[in-house]
Amino acid sequence: MIKAVMMMNTQGKPRLAKFYDYMPVEKQQELIRGVFSVLCSRPENVSNFLEIDSLFGPDSRLVYKHYATLYFVLVFDGSENELAMLDLIQVLVETLDKCFSNVCELDIVFNYSKMHAVLDEIVFGGQVLETSSAEVMKAVKEISKLEAASNSISLVPKSVSGWRGR
Amino acid sequence: MGSQGGFGQSKEFLDLVKSIGEARSKAEEDRIVLSEIDILKRKLLEPDVPKRKMKEYIIRLVYIEMLGPDASFGYIHAVKMTHDDNLLLKRTGYLAVTLFLNEDHDLIILIVNTIQKDLRSDNYLVVCAALNAICRLINEETIPAVLPQVVELLNHQKEAVRKKAIMALHRFHRKSPSSVSHLISNFRKRLCDNDPGVMGATLCPLFDLISEDVTSYKDLVSSFVSILKQVTERRLPKSYDYHQMPAPFIQIKLLKIMALLGSGDKNASEIMSMVLGDLFRKCDSSTNIGNAILYECIRCISCILPNPKLLEAAADAISKFLKSDSHNLKYMGIDGLGRLIKISPDIAEQHQLAVIDCLEDPDDTLKRKTFELLYKMTKSSNVEVIVDRMIDYMISINDNHYKTEIASRCVELAEQFAPSNQWFIQTMNKVFEHAGDLVNIKVAHNLMRLIAEGFGEDDDDADSKLRLSAVESYLQLISEPKLPSLFLQVISWVLGEYGTADGKYSASYISGKLCDVADAYSSDETVKGYAVSALMKIYAFEIASGRKVDVLPECQSLIEELLASHSTDLQQRAYELQALLALDSRAVETIIPLDASCEDIEVDKELSFLNGYIQQAIESGAQPYISERERSGMFETTDYHPQDHHEVPSHTLRFEAYELPKPSVPPQASTELVPVPEPSYYSESHQPISTSLVSERESSEIKLRLDGVKQKWGRPSYQPTTSASSTTQQAANGTTSHSDGGVGSSSSKPRSSYEPKKPEIDPEKQRLAASLFGGSSSSRTDKKSSGGQKPAKGTVNKPATVPKENPTPVQPPPDLLDLGEPMATTVSTMDPFKELEGLMDSSSQDGGSNDVMGLYSDAAPVTTTTSVDSLLSELSDSSKGNSRTYQSQTSKGPNTKEALEKDALVRQMGVNPTSQNPTLFKDLLG
Repeated sequence: MIKAVMMMNTQGKPRLAKFYDYMPVEKQQELIRGVFSVLCSRPENVSNFLEIDSLFGPDSRLVYKHYATLYFVLVFDGSENELAMLDLIQVLVETLDKCFSNVCELDIVFNYSKMHAVLDEIVFGGQVLETSSAEVMKAVKEISKLEAASNSISLVPKSVSGWRGR
Repeated sequence: MGSQGGFGQSKEFLDLVKSIGEARSKAEEDRIVLSEIDILKRKLLEPDVPKRKMKEYIIRLVYIEMLGPDASFGYIHAVKMTHDDNLLLKRTGYLAVTLFLNEDHDLIILIVNTIQKDLRSDNYLVVCAALNAICRLINEETIPAVLPQVVELLNHQKEAVRKKAIMALHRFHRKSPSSVSHLISNFRKRLCDNDPGVMGATLCPLFDLISEDVTSYKDLVSSFVSILKQVTERRLPKSYDYHQMPAPFIQIKLLKIMALLGSGDKNASEIMSMVLGDLFRKCDSSTNIGNAILYECIRCISCILPNPKLLEAAADAISKFLKSDSHNLKYMGIDGLGRLIKISPDIAEQHQLAVIDCLEDPDDTLKRKTFELLYKMTKSSNVEVIVDRMIDYMISINDNHYKTEIASRCVELAEQFAPSNQWFIQTMNKVFEHAGDLVNIKVAHNLMRLIAEGFGEDDDDADSKLRLSAVESYLQLISEPKLPSLFLQVISWVLGEYGTADGKYSASYISGKLCDVADAYSSDETVKGYAVSALMKIYAFEIASGRKVDVLPECQSLIEELLASHSTDLQQRAYELQALLALDSRAVETIIPLDASCEDIEVDKELSFLNGYIQQAIESGAQPYISERERSGMFETTDYHPQDHHEVPSHTLRFEAYELPKPSVPPQASTELVPVPEPSYYSESHQPISTSLVSERESSEIKLRLDGVKQKWGRPSYQPTTSASSTTQQAANGTTSHSDGGVGSSSSKPRSSYEPKKPEIDPEKQRLAASLFGGSSSSRTDKKSSGGQKPAKGTVNKPATVPKENPTPVQPPPDLLDLGEPMATTVSTMDPFKELEGLMDSSSQDGGSNDVMGLYSDAAPVTTTTSVDSLLSELSDSSKGNSRTYQSQTSKGPNTKEALEKDALVRQMGVNPTSQNPTLFKDLLG
């Protein structure tokens, strides 16, 4: 199963971190730092795989991909296929790209809950749930629509107009 | 910005993110975060926070907590938000609680009710949010509260809900299998769901279930196969395609399941072979995901019963992986090779060079994977090369975790396959020297045992040679600064036992060295203890052989220092040593017999030799001894018994101790009797003294000794016996395994001097050009002689070697240079990096570009290889494209060296290993 999904920028600031088994906050921080220090010591043009038993316990692997200023990281155990995980990152990024039309680091920071919504459609409780980015997009759009609808009913009257961005 | 539609943020949040992003130092960031926490704390306490404001605060809290600080003050607000009717707020609340809380958190109880309600909601998004939360927040106790509803949702009309319900159930199964054991049939049912997404999701729990219990799912084999067939035939909706592959993730999951079901099952394997063959044909190896499926097929084939056709296809796929430029694929190739090699060991041969390339790769991950492969294919014929490689790599890395692992692997391989004891000791020395603090203490004890017992063949001469060589190597190493403690213990022990045994070194020389050790590592009591015991043995042997003993002044002062030591253990050793020095030779010989560390010591557990004394005492009016059982029986009546039962765990005064002198569990008894639990290292050196002293001096000063027997000496001596007997047992195992290696070693000895060369040469590609052929031509003849061991291989390979020797004459100067070296250097001590440096130097003379070379030889070994490697890979890349352009390119290059050229040439040959040189790495791979 997948143990964790992380996104961090090239300076090591976490942008999104989701652990599928509970970790205390300090442990999360430690792991994020540990992963980052491993990643930033990797030279260019090497494989995207790492065995990371030292941080996540026996039989832990890590797949990462570097996009512009962001590292996308998946940590998982022996029951997953490394190359497939690499493609899962690809799915995630493709989906985000569709969501935010040309995704960049800031989108991820500012759309925290949407990020999680996307991720939850793809990985669910540590298992790969959906790998078709079209399907994910459909689900996320539906969520946004319904959320917006429920918003306008209950919130708009008392809210300051125009708070909803755009 | 369109991206923010529907997820509006306030200016404050944007500012916060921005200012954190712009923070120049960690301190500044911390300050911003802390002040944000203050603000949030204040704001959350305000009455009547508008809901949408609250939502934003929660998001900010989540963000803050991700950056590190604790945001627990806001958890309750997140929980409250899940109660909200508004979908957006509810989802935000759920998101926050899943990130904040764990399943055992106190606040969970407030959420369970909401979850129950939400699972019944008409709005499927609410249901999904609740299911999402379940995965994270439900523990064993709360599973029953939501289970019925989740089961109901398995039949929900929306496939998204069904999918998630299955996953939730799967999660329950992981958390507490018993809670859902009656529902497992649901997974089977959902496998037939008409939505492929749901079917795909069902594979996850099924995979888990099948890996736990294969037999009860054998009936599903044909279903899985037919699903896989349908998927590959593109029967699924187009939307499941990914990079033109039909539902690759489902395929991979299915292949994983099939691997489980097919292992050791002939029928299942046969059913699968068809579809697997199809997959190989259809798979598109140009995309990443296609390769993922190919790899999964390889894995599956390596698990099911071997089928020659499939194995061939798998081998083809592996060679494609290995030849690819992508490190990822190489990694997968090496992994696949490691799997297939168990079934058909021959396939490694054609990939020898690729494997060596991976070993030399700058990519650490790949390197480690390759070491794993080598570890898997180690035999007694190639153990030296592989272990040497491993040790070199072990020395070069800093990662303690991996260092430990590789050290233990080295030890394991060395113990299993060691061709000679000499080599074993040398290897162990290296491991200890560089990773001594990381290896298990057992390893040290094994090493000591091996030195003490020797080969196991009754060849005393060889044994004493072995010991002498160990002593010599230790005397060399002992003055190195900062040796690991464990290694020093071994050194001290061996020097004590065998330092003077051969007569080559004088007692005063050895004891001086031992005093130096005790001096230099004065903070390490264990080492000191070992050193003192070693001193004692040295002096005892001297006294026993009738020589006059001059205690060195530094030794004298050491003893005096230790007499006042805070450590009772050291103190006692010092006193013993002092007492021993005053004894006559006959007594000493009985106390510490020469080379008796492996002798079993019989312990008289009844202490029957004291009977006479006891009799005497009783006659003179002493109270007879009342056994423990009798006494505790008495205590029982006085209500004492339950209490001391109670006391046992916490206090040192364990009355129970006397109850259990069952001979079968002596160690227990010993700890109970000895107030200070003796460290285990104590036993080895100590055991001979304790018993013999006791037995010998029973008549004189018995009283004192008797105390000793009870308090400190008597019981510990039980422990040694057990350990001694277990050691001998282990030793028996050890010797058998060694003799395996030993059989080969006599004949493989001469081979060993060449063996390391070839693989090392080869990876170091420069060398390859020059010394490989030269070296191998001599090794060739050699191998013929030793080839008798594996006649089949030897004969097959011999003809193939002939063409290989042709290039030799082409090699000019480096040939000579390198040829000399390999002949001179022997066996395992070669450092490939040094060789490389040497080579670089020599080639620099050829090329004449001295500056660059100077740089190389000065640079750290690692960087040297990397740079060479990259150079080479450039060369070979171009060479692959067109050998002619490669020729011209290399001659154009500013610092092209002949050696490199040749090297690339060889490499080129290696990349497409036709019939040119299949025996190249026979030793390593065959």
